[in-house]
Amino acid sequence: MTGFRVVGRDAPLPLGWKSFAILLTALAFAFFVCSMLLLVQGKSPWTALVLLLQGGFGGRYPLEDTLLKAIPLFLCSAGVSIAFRMKVWNIGAEGQFALGGVGATAAVLLLPPDAPAWIMLPSMMLGAALSGGLWGFLPGLLKLRFGLNEIISTLMLNYIGIELMRYLVYGPWKAPSSMGFPMTAMFPASAIFPSLFGRTHAGLLLCVVTALALAAFLSRTRLGFELRAAGENPRNARYARIPYGFLLLFVLTLSGALAGLAGCVEVSSTFNRLQPNLCTGYGYTAIVVAWLSRLRISSIAFFSFFLAGLKVGVENLQIELQVPAAFGGILEGFILLCVLAGQFFHHYRLVRAGAQQEGETA
Amino acid sequence: MLRTVKTWAALTALCGLALTPLCGGAAAGENKTLKVGFVYVSPVGDEGWSYAHDQGRKAIDAMPGVETTFMESVPEGPDSERAFLNMARKGYDVIVGTSFGYMDSMEKVAGQFPKTTFMHCSGYKTHENMTAYFGRMYQARYLTGMVAGSMTRKNEIGYVAAFPIPEVIRGINAFTLGARAVNPDARVRVVWTRTWYSPDDEKKAAESLLDVGVDVIAQHQDSAGPQEAAEARGVYSVGYNTDMSAVAPGAHLTSAVWRWEDFYKNFIAKVQAGEWKNGNFWYGLDSGLVGIAPYGAMVPQEVRDRVDAARQDIIDGSLVVFAGPVRDQDGRTRIAEGALPEDSALLGMDWFVEGVLGTTK
Repeated sequence: MTGFRVVGRDAPLPLGWKSFAILLTALAFAFFVCSMLLLVQGKSPWTALVLLLQGGFGGRYPLEDTLLKAIPLFLCSAGVSIAFRMKVWNIGAEGQFALGGVGATAAVLLLPPDAPAWIMLPSMMLGAALSGGLWGFLPGLLKLRFGLNEIISTLMLNYIGIELMRYLVYGPWKAPSSMGFPMTAMFPASAIFPSLFGRTHAGLLLCVVTALALAAFLSRTRLGFELRAAGENPRNARYARIPYGFLLLFVLTLSGALAGLAGCVEVSSTFNRLQPNLCTGYGYTAIVVAWLSRLRISSIAFFSFFLAGLKVGVENLQIELQVPAAFGGILEGFILLCVLAGQFFHHYRLVRAGAQQEGETA
Repeated sequence: MLRTVKTWAALTALCGLALTPLCGGAAAGENKTLKVGFVYVSPVGDEGWSYAHDQGRKAIDAMPGVETTFMESVPEGPDSERAFLNMARKGYDVIVGTSFGYMDSMEKVAGQFPKTTFMHCSGYKTHENMTAYFGRMYQARYLTGMVAGSMTRKNEIGYVAAFPIPEVIRGINAFTLGARAVNPDARVRVVWTRTWYSPDDEKKAAESLLDVGVDVIAQHQDSAGPQEAAEARGVYSVGYNTDMSAVAPGAHLTSAVWRWEDFYKNFIAKVQAGEWKNGNFWYGLDSGLVGIAPYGAMVPQEVRDRVDAARQDIIDGSLVVFAGPVRDQDGRTRIAEGALPEDSALLGMDWFVEGVLGTTK
């Protein structure tokens, strides 16, 4: 029989040329399928590919737009990946993100408007981390005390968090100057993250610091090691006297705090105020990014940038080719499916059936 | 009046064209294609708000010397800022944003591109090169309220509404005033969906209103979901944005509609003629920008006559929607007897009139 057999790899494929080739093949396949959709509409797939890449990555402005969109995505995704490492499924980043926006705004509203930036910005970040962290801590507590599945509780808390944020901007925090529209007053200049270059703001530095701190934490500290061990096997971890309950709360709080910081960055530097359309799905895209990157911090940075670039690039297709907005969602979905399917080959490989038999008899 | 302006603008544009060869090379740049970009918050296939604007875009796309594009489903906030920036960088001469939440981002971008004309629908901020424009939809709402008030048997009308912002509250209030002008016992029950475009949620909200006993469904949404619910339950409905009779042929009394075609054509003609002045514009029934769709077959002639007469009175100015006395839900007088409403009070309206069941929170 000629054909292929699936054989498990001894160890998952390390990052390298092979895994890169798999990624490229998956992307090419995803784009090939989407090309068919474009051809049906009578648009040239080649032009579309060029426009997509130009729009997302081709030049200073597209790169800046992509970077701006990648910042909150990276923070949320780094957050959920920490929980995922311990096999705690925090899908509540969207709500934690909203709460972060609330916490940061609370700090702005509580402090006098003429407070200097060195008091304002850290207070906002603290407020965001605390409120986002609380939104992560709660499901942890519920799981620990009542065995409540964190997938359900984090998801449900998304709705509660977003409604809470809406209540505040429609109610007590609505600015008198807003003509009845739901938004807080514009933040004072000291509450806005300074610009690094062009429109790129200091949120980028926050990402770099977060990435370094997380990498060091996971590889260099006892807690980081325990976290991974507890994820591999909770029962063994308990046997090894790893404090599972503490770790669970810690991981979910940290996860929520990072999503909260993303919320802080967004209200501060891109909205300059709190308004209900803060939430546009970063918290959910973050889960996609975490999976694509196999929870590695460096890959999270890469995929945050990559997915942000796709989202930005697809807009170029809309302007230039009048492709419907839904096409962006389809393209993104196909890329996710193909890349995840491609990761199958990180754990397995195809071997020609004949070759394998020869190998066995030898 | 609008027509005169239009003709005049067209004439001026023609003169401009005729003069161009005389002016020689210097004016050649003036004659280039005008690139116009639209940014919508929902898909253009929504049969509602964005669809109505896109009809306007198509109308100007057919004009000579005009080229248009659009982006749909662009969320308010940073995503819209990027959309405006990209269009401005790509050299679009006119950029139109049709959602309230685009206001701040458009203002930011307008400051950076002084040569581009920015148009923001439904907000209040303006800039040297940014116009705020909207229509007095509440006048059309008043008329549709009269129709609904005449047709309800249970004297309870349901209203599926997106967000408690002044625009929506103003519409609900005008609708209620219209309904109670013909039927003092009529009450309007409001449900907030907290979404502009979610056909399924809107449908469910309408169903929940029908469950508590309303027998006419009105709405302020971007889809025809509430109409579908009314059609399925065999009750009357009042649509919004576009003529929704096709979605609910048996249920459709009328719709409060936007007709953007003439507005955008007139505006573009002025831009082409170099005569456009930015500002804050709020056009009423008299301009034709807002109006009501043809009545359904079930609306009796006497109701039609009464509503048509009121329409004429609003255009003449002899009937002013929100003319005092207007009381709020608690019976407090908000607009005194004999007083006319201030535009600023209408634009910031955050209270319900007497006869509305629901809360503005």
